[in-house]
Amino acid sequence: MKGILKQAFLKTIPVMVGYVFIGIAFGLLIQRAGYHWLWALAISVLVYAGSMQFVLVGLLTQGASLVTVAITTLMVNSRHMFYGLSFIDTFKTMGKTAWYMVFSLTDETYALFCSTAPVGTDRERKRLMLLMSVLDQSYWVSGSLLGALLGEALSFDITGIDFAMTALFTVICVEQWLANHNHISALLGLLCAIISLLVFGPSAFLLPALVACGTLLMLGRRPLQAYDRYVQTKKTPGKTPKETL
Amino acid sequence: MDIKHTLAVIVVAMLCTIFTRAFPFILFGNQRHIPPSVSYLGEMLPKAVMAALLVYCLRQVSFDAPRLLFNQLSCVVITALIHAWKCNTLLSIAVGTGLYMLLSQGILG
Repeated sequence: MKGILKQAFLKTIPVMVGYVFIGIAFGLLIQRAGYHWLWALAISVLVYAGSMQFVLVGLLTQGASLVTVAITTLMVNSRHMFYGLSFIDTFKTMGKTAWYMVFSLTDETYALFCSTAPVGTDRERKRLMLLMSVLDQSYWVSGSLLGALLGEALSFDITGIDFAMTALFTVICVEQWLANHNHISALLGLLCAIISLLVFGPSAFLLPALVACGTLLMLGRRPLQAYDRYVQTKKTPGKTPKETL
Repeated sequence: MDIKHTLAVIVVAMLCTIFTRAFPFILFGNQRHIPPSVSYLGEMLPKAVMAALLVYCLRQVSFDAPRLLFNQLSCVVITALIHAWKCNTLLSIAVGTGLYMLLSQGILG
């Protein structure tokens, strides 16, 4: 048991660095938006979704409707809909802990699972996966808490810290851009958002922009898939992104 | 701050996040066949959504506030360039955010 914990810890060190760092940024951001550190704790324990939590701060401060929150969360986390596919059989046999495994399947934890070679017995492997999930969330929660408490305790000027979120999404977009040759969906998202921003203004544009993206992607499925196949045959596969949040 | 609304927002975000993560288990628990439209959306949607979210982060930018416009757009470009160069998430975010803080606090020009 102790050996497995050590193994889980060693494997999750890279995630620890990232989660603590970005967790601190989240904690500072929500504290600066006027929320007690308990809210930072609650969100990181209950929601536990890196990039979505940053968006959530914006939605909270602008008093967004619950429908907006629901649709935005579903779309921002839409990539998660496919992570579980690789682990259906594994999680099925994990009893009650399977619920936590599904709940805590973030981008980073998923990436760790994919890169973990099946070692030891089946039981040891499942224990290792569970410990990695728990450790990952504990890093994220610690970082958020630390950030929120730092924001409350220290009075240094953190004007501009909210740019951490912009920087995060810039990084995600760059990684997606480098990893794919087909940039149509990225450009479509950009265009929908800019047009929606000009039409609806900064506080109400996100929902129409996301709905437009989804609708246009579905309507344009045939030509887009044809173009995708064309691009795939033309070029070699791009770089795979190292990490996303 | 409305505590009830804040709580409701957190619960909705939690349930929707759980739904996306549990989606394959709910739908494909006993079979491995994924409808092509679902895998197509799974491939395409995230890229579009992330680009839209970048615009969401920059929603306050306008020509009426040229200083903000310059600070935000220049830091986005610098973050993107550093990331394309080094591909190190933490480095890109730290440099971009640090630079933006210096700029918006008036420490750097």
